[in-house]
Amino acid sequence: MTDKTQYKVHKEPYYQPQGNEVALYEAAYRNRLPVMVKGPTGCGKSRFIEYMAWKLDKPLITVACNEDMTASDLVGRYLLEANGTRWLDGPLTTAARIGAICYLDEIVEARQDTTVVIHPLTDHRRTLPLDKKGELIEAHPDFQLVISYNPGYQSLMKDLKQSTKQRFTGFDFDYPDAQLETTILAKETGLDAATAGKLVKIGQTARNLKGHGLDEGISTRLLVYAATLIKDGVNPVEACQMALVRPITDDADIRETLDHAIDVTFV
Amino acid sequence: MTKTEYQHPLMQAYWVQLDTRFAQVEEVFEDVMAEALAVLSREDIHHFLDAARVIGKLGRGVEPMLAFLEEWPSVVKALGEEAVLTDVMAFVMRMQKSPNGKAITPFLQTLAPVARKQHSREQMRHYIEIADDLMARTTGSIHGHHTTFPSPGLPEFFQQAPFLFSQLSMGGVRNWVDYGVRNYRTHPERQTDYFSLQSADARAVLQRERHGTLFADVERKLDLYLRGLWRDPDQLVPYSTAFDELRKPVPYYDRLGMRVPDVFDDFILPLPLAGEGVKISGLDRYRAVLAHMVGHRRWSRPMVADNYSPFQRMAVEFFEDCRVENLLIREYPGLRRIFVALHPKPVEGACDPETTSCLRHRLAMLSRALIDPEHPYGDPQLLDFVRRFHDLLAKGESSSREIADLALHYVARTRLQSDQFAKVWFDDTVIDYRDDNRHLWQYIEDSDDEEFFDDPDKKLKKESEVQSLPPRHYPEWDYHSQTYRPDWVSLYEHLHPKGNPADIDRLLQKHDALAKRLKRILDLLKPQDKVRIRYQEEGSELDLDVAIRSLIDFKGGANPDPRINMSHKTSGRNLAVSLLLDLSESLNEKVAGSEQTILELSQEAVSLLAWAIERLGDPFAIGGFYSNTRHDVRFVHIKGYGEPFNDEVKSRMAAMQAGWSTRMGAALRHAAHYLEARPADKKLLLVLTDGQPADVDSPDERLLIEDARRAVKELDQQGIFTYCINLDPKADEYVSDIFGHRYSVIDNIQRLPERLPELFMALTK
Repeated sequence: MTDKTQYKVHKEPYYQPQGNEVALYEAAYRNRLPVMVKGPTGCGKSRFIEYMAWKLDKPLITVACNEDMTASDLVGRYLLEANGTRWLDGPLTTAARIGAICYLDEIVEARQDTTVVIHPLTDHRRTLPLDKKGELIEAHPDFQLVISYNPGYQSLMKDLKQSTKQRFTGFDFDYPDAQLETTILAKETGLDAATAGKLVKIGQTARNLKGHGLDEGISTRLLVYAATLIKDGVNPVEACQMALVRPITDDADIRETLDHAIDVTFV
Repeated sequence: MTKTEYQHPLMQAYWVQLDTRFAQVEEVFEDVMAEALAVLSREDIHHFLDAARVIGKLGRGVEPMLAFLEEWPSVVKALGEEAVLTDVMAFVMRMQKSPNGKAITPFLQTLAPVARKQHSREQMRHYIEIADDLMARTTGSIHGHHTTFPSPGLPEFFQQAPFLFSQLSMGGVRNWVDYGVRNYRTHPERQTDYFSLQSADARAVLQRERHGTLFADVERKLDLYLRGLWRDPDQLVPYSTAFDELRKPVPYYDRLGMRVPDVFDDFILPLPLAGEGVKISGLDRYRAVLAHMVGHRRWSRPMVADNYSPFQRMAVEFFEDCRVENLLIREYPGLRRIFVALHPKPVEGACDPETTSCLRHRLAMLSRALIDPEHPYGDPQLLDFVRRFHDLLAKGESSSREIADLALHYVARTRLQSDQFAKVWFDDTVIDYRDDNRHLWQYIEDSDDEEFFDDPDKKLKKESEVQSLPPRHYPEWDYHSQTYRPDWVSLYEHLHPKGNPADIDRLLQKHDALAKRLKRILDLLKPQDKVRIRYQEEGSELDLDVAIRSLIDFKGGANPDPRINMSHKTSGRNLAVSLLLDLSESLNEKVAGSEQTILELSQEAVSLLAWAIERLGDPFAIGGFYSNTRHDVRFVHIKGYGEPFNDEVKSRMAAMQAGWSTRMGAALRHAAHYLEARPADKKLLLVLTDGQPADVDSPDERLLIEDARRAVKELDQQGIFTYCINLDPKADEYVSDIFGHRYSVIDNIQRLPERLPELFMALTK
């Protein structure tokens, strides 16, 4: 049996609730309903799931999905050994066996034929057939499936099938409002509230430009990076340019506008 | 000679030296000399008078001499002691010897204004060089020996010179003149239009050469600025500052958008004021203008104007401007630096209230003090109101109403009798980044100082609906100067007229055998969505069959095959194709050894190609072009990307006709304009032509070739792959200049229907 404790979240992650999402999640978990969390990158989706796993004291298995991922990467595969082949469980199978929360991060990045393997686990059946092995796994009573995706940048090619979408309950996340985000920055990095407020302001400038040359605004995560740099003694203007502007755009006009916003915010 | 008795013996000597009997000169001589003596050294006075005498003896009347006498002292004042007298005189003599003598007076008249703009002898020499060059190149000659016609552009150029130098740098003027000479040397009327700034492209080139930050260059940045920092995007409309010298327009906004000047120079705060030179870039000046307007839109509410006197209104405007700026600074503290730098700093006590109306001066000082905490003013009343103003703002945003009350108090407390005087102090009181505040006032009664533009009759006079598409303008590359001629070519587009679609079906039938062969190649090209690649050492999945076979080999003692994985690959085909047909006159020629014309063969080839691409399913458009001078380039649509290859398209294809010339660059740019909008990964532009680019209004053969070459380069940058299929056996001389290696010359034109689809498939395999 796989060691459960290695998947446990041991220390309480800092999470600032934006609404009553914690209670809602707990209700979903009580009934073992699959959950989908949506929202732009770096707004706290993964942090939320981590926090909930800690709160519920359940193991958490996270899979970062990507285009090359195949169904066997999730379910498991045969490996060759000296005297034959050996089956190795994939993360999804492990989670179903030990009763963990299985978190498929950025699910749309995986190919659509890959994502259908989760279907039998997400309805009343709660089973996972391993066709190659000829085994049918009954999911552990504690098992829950969580997926996340970012509806912002998806292209025509990257969307969830309706048949997948309709198996989940959903949470919609967005960047927290200015006051909350300031608190988060201050709490996360220990930066003073005034400077944190300025950072949030710059973040919002970039978020206003979304769709006008920016695919995505400056995320809370990047703001935390900038705050960390400032806390470390880096000049705020340079820290912002390095952590907030340079990563998100190559467009000279946007860069100049954001640089200007930084210049007039930090005097 | 009238003997004039001058009081001073020196003056008498000067008069003798000038040696003239023009009565008009005599009238002004004393005044002129007074001015000259103030700036010229004794030696220079002699040179000055000598030069004036020479000019007076040119035999061109009194005008040149008067112009010189009046202008020269100012020139010396602007340039310093040693001016460029010898250069000026040399140029005057050259003009005198050429047929351009009439331009001498206009030239002399430009000296002072140009000198004031340039401030350096070196620059002045450049100016003379430019004029000299213009004269040499535009003066007409017969048989290349004698210069006989005066330059039509030269006097016009002198007329415009002061204006040009106020707008352009020396290099800009040089380019502007050069452009005019190059394009209109052989066309006297157009040349006159150009140099008198009448023609459209004279203005266009002027606009391009202007110094400073052009609105067109920063429009997107400003849009992002409004959107990002203020969340208040609006239409930005530039107004011209170049052609409105007298009535300097001021930024403003209304429901149609925000009006801003079309150019801003960098603003450099002169040294003594700020300690060290502060530079505010043109872009930041635009931002200041926009931020100020945004402030009004956010915080200002209109007030009824009828109850206030003009003075009161002015004071309210100043106070309200400062209120929104303080609120803006509260939002973005860094704006203070920009506002303070751009705000004039009136000197306290500079205006004398005994003789002049100082209201503007007082308000400008107050305005400065309200936004600049480090202001130098000590007037107790001013300080009192600054304090009351900040008290109001300390409580929150305050309001237009509250601030108007404060302004009225201010007017009541500081009113002076002299405020009514006609002589108004204007120095240092114009704050050019602020808008005209028209939004702040609403009028209950029709006032007479408002102009009404919404004339109800105007709506009825609306132009009737246009029937055809307006022309699109494209630039053309001028390889001589390595610049674009702005909006040089007018291109009209329309649908190709229709013919009988059965003709095309018949052509396709004729090539039935060829079609069958093509079909086999096509099937190979068709994308198979997903391909499995087996026998991989590294792969996404274990290929169990192979793995077990390897295991058996291993157990049996043989060397196992390590390639036991497999992976998948998608081979999609995402391609948009545009076929551009040259429909110029030469297509009507018969092909050697055949009864068919090139046009008919092209028709067959294009039909087959269209059929083939239709089978592949790539989005595909066909367009044709011909031209008749730069004013009339035609682009006909035969097939659009969205249209299937149906009877409609076939009927247009059947009616294909050829005529006129080949202006390829504009057609390439236009086809690219459509192709660029396609969402495909790969974009292919096929050009089918039978000769080199040429047009009747372009005597220089290279010009259109270079333009086409430039167009291909532009397309490259847009990610469009251009390929030329050329039917001209002599094409080798130019086609590689335009298309690089991307061309095929088809010598045996009769095989075109076969070769064209093959070429296409080879290109896209």
